[in-house]
Amino acid sequence: MSDVHTTVDAKGLSCPMPIVKTAQAAKTVPSGELIEVLATDAGSVKDFAAWTRSTGNSMVEQTEDDGVYRFVIKRA
Amino acid sequence: MATDTQAPEAAPEATAEEQLTEAIATAAQPASDDSTPLERQLVIINWSGEFDKVLPTLILGSVGAASGYKTSVFLTFWGLLPFVKDSKRITGDGMMQKMLSFMQRPGISHMKMSKMNFMGMGPWMIGKLSDQYNVASPQELLEACQMMGVEFLPCQMTMDMFGLKAEDMIDGLGDPVGAATVLELMTENNTGSLFI
Repeated sequence: MSDVHTTVDAKGLSCPMPIVKTAQAAKTVPSGELIEVLATDAGSVKDFAAWTRSTGNSMVEQTEDDGVYRFVIKRA
Repeated sequence: MATDTQAPEAAPEATAEEQLTEAIATAAQPASDDSTPLERQLVIINWSGEFDKVLPTLILGSVGAASGYKTSVFLTFWGLLPFVKDSKRITGDGMMQKMLSFMQRPGISHMKMSKMNFMGMGPWMIGKLSDQYNVASPQELLEACQMMGVEFLPCQMTMDMFGLKAEDMIDGLGDPVGAATVLELMTENNTGSLFI
């Protein structure tokens, strides 16, 4: 897996901040680069799937480790 | 001789059939692949102006904009008051307009709950729960909305009725509009609209 361009630490934040922070960070990420998001909000799993579909970005990887969700998203 | 005349006749038919097959195959392909997102729009009519109702307006607004939707929030009636500057305690000209602002304090920091307001205890308790569970405050959500490019459209009619002037309002709002503008937005393609 190539290096992540930006990491968004949204641990401990509730809806809508994980999405909003990721969208803000995505603005500075060049096309084709990877964004890594860390979140503890259980609702964010479906949220990020929906968000990547809406924005045309793609979900590359999605894992969960001890309550922390990790999403790796490729910038369109 | 017979075969010579037959061969040219057979050739154009085959080409037509080939063309037809190709045309069908092209039409059967999707117009755009999955990676091209729809041009979506979200229009929220923010009417009630209560703490527990402005919160979903700002959450949906910020996520709409974050998801690439063209997002507009129409601020009308009570829903316009939270977008008056916090520093303005009394607004309007004349007795009635001033009394209105006295009884319904403007500003995003002074919203009441639609249920369980308990003379102001309600918002305070929600604030405590929000801190505990890291839920964003209305002020933070408004900031997020503005950063993500949500358009806030004040209702001209409400401004006239309540005696609100442009300088009473917070920065970053769009020009005042009316119902026709909002209705046009609401009835465009791929638009979701809400009355909150």
